[in-house]
Amino acid sequence: MTIALSRRAFIQASLSAAGGLAIAAFAPEFVGATTIAGGPWSPESGKGPNEVNAFIVIDPDNSIILRVAKSDMGQGVLTSMAMILAEELECNFAKVKVEYASANRNLTDNNVYQSMGTGGSRSVRTSRVFLQQAGASARARLIAAAAAKWNVEPAACVASDSLVRHTASGRSFTFGELAADAAKVALAAEPAIKTPDEFKLIGQGLKRIDTPLKVTGSARFGIDTRLPGMAYAAVANCPVFGGKLKSYDFSAISGRRGIITAMPVTNGVAVVADNFWRAKEALNAMPVEWDFGPAGSTDSAQFAAEYRAALDGPLADGGGHGDIDAAFAQPAKVVEALYEVPYLAHAPMEPLNATAHWREDRIDVWMGTQAPESALAFAAKAGGVDPKAVFVHNCFLGGGFGRRAVNDELTQAVEVSRALKRPIKVVWTREEDIRSDRYRPQAALRMRAALRDDGPPAGLNFITAVGSISRSLGWEGVKNGIERQAIEGLSNCPYRSDALKVGVNLKNTHVPVMFWRSVGSSQNAFAVESFIDECAHAAKRDPVEYRRALLEGKPDFLAVLDRLAEKGDWGKPLPKGVGRGVAIHEAFGTIVGEIAEVAVSKSGEVKVQRVVACVDCGHLVNPLTAAMQIESAVMYGLTAALFGEITIKQGRVEQGNFDAYPIARMADAPVIETYFVLSGGDKWGGLGEPGTPPIAPAIANAVFAVTGKRIRSLPLRNASLGV
Amino acid sequence: MINLLVNGRKIAVDVEPEMPLLWALRDELGMVGTKFGCGAGLCGACTVIIDGEATRSCITPVSAAAEKRILTIEGLGEKELHAVQKAWIEADAPQCGYCQSGQIMAAVALLSHNPRPSDADIDAEMSNICRCGTYPRMRAAVHRATELAKI
Repeated sequence: MTIALSRRAFIQASLSAAGGLAIAAFAPEFVGATTIAGGPWSPESGKGPNEVNAFIVIDPDNSIILRVAKSDMGQGVLTSMAMILAEELECNFAKVKVEYASANRNLTDNNVYQSMGTGGSRSVRTSRVFLQQAGASARARLIAAAAAKWNVEPAACVASDSLVRHTASGRSFTFGELAADAAKVALAAEPAIKTPDEFKLIGQGLKRIDTPLKVTGSARFGIDTRLPGMAYAAVANCPVFGGKLKSYDFSAISGRRGIITAMPVTNGVAVVADNFWRAKEALNAMPVEWDFGPAGSTDSAQFAAEYRAALDGPLADGGGHGDIDAAFAQPAKVVEALYEVPYLAHAPMEPLNATAHWREDRIDVWMGTQAPESALAFAAKAGGVDPKAVFVHNCFLGGGFGRRAVNDELTQAVEVSRALKRPIKVVWTREEDIRSDRYRPQAALRMRAALRDDGPPAGLNFITAVGSISRSLGWEGVKNGIERQAIEGLSNCPYRSDALKVGVNLKNTHVPVMFWRSVGSSQNAFAVESFIDECAHAAKRDPVEYRRALLEGKPDFLAVLDRLAEKGDWGKPLPKGVGRGVAIHEAFGTIVGEIAEVAVSKSGEVKVQRVVACVDCGHLVNPLTAAMQIESAVMYGLTAALFGEITIKQGRVEQGNFDAYPIARMADAPVIETYFVLSGGDKWGGLGEPGTPPIAPAIANAVFAVTGKRIRSLPLRNASLGV
Repeated sequence: MINLLVNGRKIAVDVEPEMPLLWALRDELGMVGTKFGCGAGLCGACTVIIDGEATRSCITPVSAAAEKRILTIEGLGEKELHAVQKAWIEADAPQCGYCQSGQIMAAVALLSHNPRPSDADIDAEMSNICRCGTYPRMRAAVHRATELAKI
């Protein structure tokens, strides 16, 4: 095999610290494949003559650039979004190049990319139709341009494989020969988009286009940004949220090698140096005093008591149906249980970071963000520059899981860059990343069921006391004491009952809370699916049979549940000490059922051996990346279920690194099998998050099956399961 | 000056002897394929191979790596992709990709000592954290790499 010159060239560029360059690294294996550059941001120049529309650029050499307006944090949107465009464009997908769309362009050009925020498992759900339309529109205009050149009817021409052909004569033009003309075509009417039965590319399990970059170390994450003249900043955020910086003594570190300065930033203090390690070591050595404020005496035991007390009200109406009092008037049996979950950190593998280059009249930002438009606004505000002069160069995201939706680190980078008038890369240490997160809320849930003689519930009464994400972020979103995130998974409980009543007490502490993979469903599915298992046990019914009876009339749920029971070997014998647990939950438009096979040793150690997941998301764009998302969501939820817990002492987070905040590793990973049970129709469900909610209750229900001990508080490692 | 031998090239760096190798690679030499994850040797994102051993560069003083053979992700498969990299592509292992340089270096080191590892061997030796949870695919990829290495 020949030596890959481009790859060598890349390494040379890297060694020369050129940084910030969009240089692709492609070994010969990848030639001819769909590609993306290590630094995938689009040029800022905006419209070129070969831009057929804002998503599609076709150069005269017939190379096709597709722009993706969503952030890739591992979920594969750079592949799936491009597939949707290419489906309609009728281009040769193997020759496509992909890049990120520009948030600045979106701001200055009539919102051409619509919402660029990535979250809520909504990239395909909310982009598919307009991406199909953009692809179809470009195809129609390429055909119109060709027809005009040949002086024939457009209907006599077809597009395929990056060519337009005149069917009768066999003549053809490449897309590249037509793009400049096509860009000027005004269609009388936009073409209809394909229906799923016409898809050729959508539905194929194509390999991700970013994999080659990610096995060669060439993918550029925000933290990898290097700019001429750049300095590095380490930050100490106030250990108690809401506290203030009182003082710091720069003289204690000013003589150290490479140290440039120290300065206050939003939420803390930064030390700037010519190397990140020097900055963080000096910061650790610098005396800093804080005013912790009134929250400096709070702790987790106090919060747990407060959340439990909050279940007694006052309660806002979180929805439901029927007459709950009548349902509980003369029940055969009442089942009641308290469920509790802790704060959780996101802990993406790439610690939070941002690089900013502030100038009087413009700001450039390099980082991985789930919200490039919001990042642009953060930078403009912190830098005092017109938002239209801010350019966010989105990078690969080293994990997001919700954390990169709000970019606290960017404000600090802009502040330091503005003060020092040079490019600054702010990096949070892992300790800052975990201790200055915006967490999955702590919550308490009181679950009550009035069971009939024959077992099913006449009434279900769910009460949640939980932090409000909207209030924590200062966003609108709470109406009549309710926010959507608090009740998702409760008010839409699928199980049949005469009455359902959901009560909500939104209660925040000083600890900031935010979106954490699957958001409210992460705690609500744990409570509902564990509690339904309790009801099944109280009714002396099999957990799958009990659920099936309560899901009558819901064919999508039943199809998932039945396939799950079959693939998950429900009811088949297992060795002693191993049990199965089941859970099923709908979130982000997708139903996911999971069966966990769990071994519990005599000393109480829990090992999840196998997880079977069945998924109805309606349709699939890419079955391969879809399955990878379910696997990832299972592992993310498994880590939280077994180990995840952020605790507060003296107002501050106790955990700081992966020793105290453990993450599942290879030895903890079960076999994971994913099956899609697609109901089709109008359903296009999300995939990034819906695999997470069922895993905690599936594991907990399996632990009950083995030990008879009901897990009502997470994480499981706090439970005493030994015999 | 500290003399390093990185991916077969001699490079001298003028840094404090106690600076971790990670930061010499990333901030001084611009070799950013090796990642910062925890700074405490807990996650393995910074894994490089020093004299054949998988080593967490975030807790390895640069002076301890002087004059030794350092292999980073940039030097792996420079001429042709390593069997582990090929297997990683076949198995579609990476998601966000941030930990993958370290995972791949750990797998390369594992296979160099143990060309036919069992699942238990992989569990024991591959202790790097992946927050995307790509473990099942990485495990399959390690097994696939043993086959590719034979070809």
